[in-house]
Amino acid sequence: MHSFGYRANALLTFAVTILALMCAMASISDNLNHPTPTSQVQVLNINWFQKQPNGNDEVSMTMNISADLQSLFTWNTKQVFVFLAAEYGTPKNSLNQISLWDGIIPTKEHAKFWIHTSNKYRFIDQGSNLRGKEFNLTLHWHVMPKTGKMFADKIVMSGYRLPQEYR
Amino acid sequence: MDWQGQKLAEQLMQILLLVFAVVGFLTGYITGSFQMMVLTYAGGVVLTTLVTVPNWPFFNRNPLKWLDPSEAEKHPKPQPQQPVSSKKKASKK
Repeated sequence: MHSFGYRANALLTFAVTILALMCAMASISDNLNHPTPTSQVQVLNINWFQKQPNGNDEVSMTMNISADLQSLFTWNTKQVFVFLAAEYGTPKNSLNQISLWDGIIPTKEHAKFWIHTSNKYRFIDQGSNLRGKEFNLTLHWHVMPKTGKMFADKIVMSGYRLPQEYR
Repeated sequence: MDWQGQKLAEQLMQILLLVFAVVGFLTGYITGSFQMMVLTYAGGVVLTTLVTVPNWPFFNRNPLKWLDPSEAEKHPKPQPQQPVSSKKKASKK
């Protein structure tokens, strides 16, 4: 502590150490938040449903996705990444997950939304298993904090079924 | 900066930074704004720097008491008796 440089160095080191501690505390404080998100998806129309020349089934559909993810946001949240996946089992693969739509929610104000859309990414099965297939639509999200631990969770919505015939 | 001043500067720095950290964290958490926390703390760090880093007069209230030069002259340092001969011996060795 005898010279200007020594004091400046000691202060800077201590200040940065404390800043790291504050960031850790901010991350820990995220655990106090118990989110209660809700979401609903309606499949409005199967636009077309066909077998590709290589034998894989492909579906195009129009959906209405609505969700309220406001409770995921805390003071330490930078953004939330959210995606909707179709999930179903086949004899070959016990779980297939196909991302149909995704989005980035930058602020709490944008976290309550609904969107009328056809699937953003192609819904293609590895094989020909989709006729009459019952599937779940699952809304997954990843909460990206400003500092610290990332959280991920999902809402499973079941009871969707594809038509028996190609169209 | 004297000895007492150095101790004071170190303690002031640690206490001020900790206080600003607690205040910053609470303001940030209550207002729900991470940016608020960082800005409060940054302000605190700047203030602490201004208080503890420069050599302010109040860090020099307990100067060391050196002997008066006239007092030192009354008790001269013991000089070697034959500096020349000792040098020669040293160089021979």
